Amino acid sequence: MEKQRYERPLIQKLENNMPNKFGTRTESAPMTHIDDVAVKDLMDKYGSPLFVISEKTIRTNIRKARKAFETRYPKVQFAWSYKTNYLDAVCRTFHQEGSWAEVVSGFEFDKALNNKVDGSKIIFNGPDKTEDDIKKAISNNALIHIDHLDELYSIQEIAGEMKKKARVAIRVNMDTGIYPMWDRFGFNYENGQAWDALNKIMRSEVMVLEGLHTHIGTFMLSPNAYAVAAGKLADLAIGVKDKYQHEIRYIDMGGGFASKNSLKGTYLPGSDMNPSIDEFAEAIASTLINSNFPPDKLPLLILETGRALIDDAAHLLGTVISNKRLSDGRRTTIIDVGVNILFTSFWYDHKITPAQPFTQYTENTVVYGPLCMNIDVIRDNINLPLLNKDDHIVIQSVGAYNMTQWMQFITLRPPIVMIDPEGEVHVIREKENLDRLLEFENVPEHLKDFTL
Amino acid sequence: MTIKNDIAISDSGFVFAPGTGESFTVNPIGAEIIQMLKEEKSVEQISERMLEKYNTDATTVEKDVNDFISMLRHFSLIEMND
Ligand SMILES: Cc1ncc(COP(=O)(O)O)c(C=O)c1O
Repeated sequence: MEKQRYERPLIQKLENNMPNKFGTRTESAPMTHIDDVAVKDLMDKYGSPLFVISEKTIRTNIRKARKAFETRYPKVQFAWSYKTNYLDAVCRTFHQEGSWAEVVSGFEFDKALNNKVDGSKIIFNGPDKTEDDIKKAISNNALIHIDHLDELYSIQEIAGEMKKKARVAIRVNMDTGIYPMWDRFGFNYENGQAWDALNKIMRSEVMVLEGLHTHIGTFMLSPNAYAVAAGKLADLAIGVKDKYQHEIRYIDMGGGFASKNSLKGTYLPGSDMNPSIDEFAEAIASTLINSNFPPDKLPLLILETGRALIDDAAHLLGTVISNKRLSDGRRTTIIDVGVNILFTSFWYDHKITPAQPFTQYTENTVVYGPLCMNIDVIRDNINLPLLNKDDHIVIQSVGAYNMTQWMQFITLRPPIVMIDPEGEVHVIREKENLDRLLEFENVPEHLKDFTL
Repeated sequence: MTIKNDIAISDSGFVFAPGTGESFTVNPIGAEIIQMLKEEKSVEQISERMLEKYNTDATTVEKDVNDFISMLRHFSLIEMND
């Protein structure tokens, strides 16, 4: 007789207030395939843990986002936010879809150049641009988004020495009714800092004011905040036109649209709650169109959307190491995915789905990573089907920030594969190995030998 | 170790403890184990039966059966009489 599939025995007390209306929603089906490739085959071949990116999903997401804006506004340009995920394969997928590059460091700038992005289509943001970075940006005709006055003066000086005009914009921060207000980056709108910077640029012989930029926050849930921000940038642009007869070529609304992930501490899943890209597009486009720009003089609208385009295009596969109980009887499951490779578990309640069939029985579980540290909690309370040791799990929507903010800690970082639209699997970042890591280290001569 | 003899278990995995008025749910494997405990089977006998019937290994069964019994004890559904 063939043996039946094993499931660990479970007993749960029925509380008076059960079943709980919220927070008990679980998966009804295992996630056995990603883009028609079997999760089991991927793990057999590439090991565990494993990041899996869907090229098809990236392309669908950017096309949908472009459509949302292009059907509402005549001139739209996306710029891929490198820090969100700067794997070359990911960046080049976005560049093939027409996105420019948005970078915030010399390293990212070099990565974009290496990806064959024309310098004039690189937007250089951020508060930390070295003299060398500024020189490189000017000689490549990049768009430099000035963050503070010290940077403005440096550009003035360097462009003067180079005898080459710098193409610049300023980053503007403002009150959009959102708390906390991101006022540490750029020049403030309300207190006149922004106008002060604009006047300095307009009086400069070596800077050309190309655009106005803002990035009002990240994981924003309010389309209206974007309407307020777009209105204030439009005001500044029209003010510059009135005062200097200078036309600003673009308005860059930054990134920040919420993805469909669920923020920690919210009851309803993000997939039900968070505004769609169409709602953000509507808020921004209608504000610009209804502002005082003459209809034939609308500026180019640039968007630096990051997480909303990539989060759901990547999954992290992992394996159950052990099931345990805490001293108070709570169930815990240890998996081989730690917070060092899943940084976003500090912000999100990531959805975790078993990769093999399961029954309807579930148990409230704390999911821990394998690091020997108390902070290594992937989910502090999730209603999970009964997983056995060695079972596989799929952690969903991990595409943004994890593959750039991850840390090499205790173990080696896992490989990353990308499934192309034809279902072909490509290793786009190899698993780390000891030899490569040791290449960075030097042992002083007197420390080479010892006896124990 | 014996399971309290007034514990009632239904086919659908509903467990009722008349002594306290508390109710519980169990999954099919949990129900099987309670049934075997009622028949005064030993932990070894229970584990053997699981290994015969299910696609698993001795370590997993030993760990899970002990864990299940510790939960029964936690819910005061069994009495230690030795
Ligand atoms: C200037 C700028 N643009 C774009 C982004 C991308 O933001 P998001 O991933 O929230 O869309 C960021 C991220 O913080 C940013 O700082």
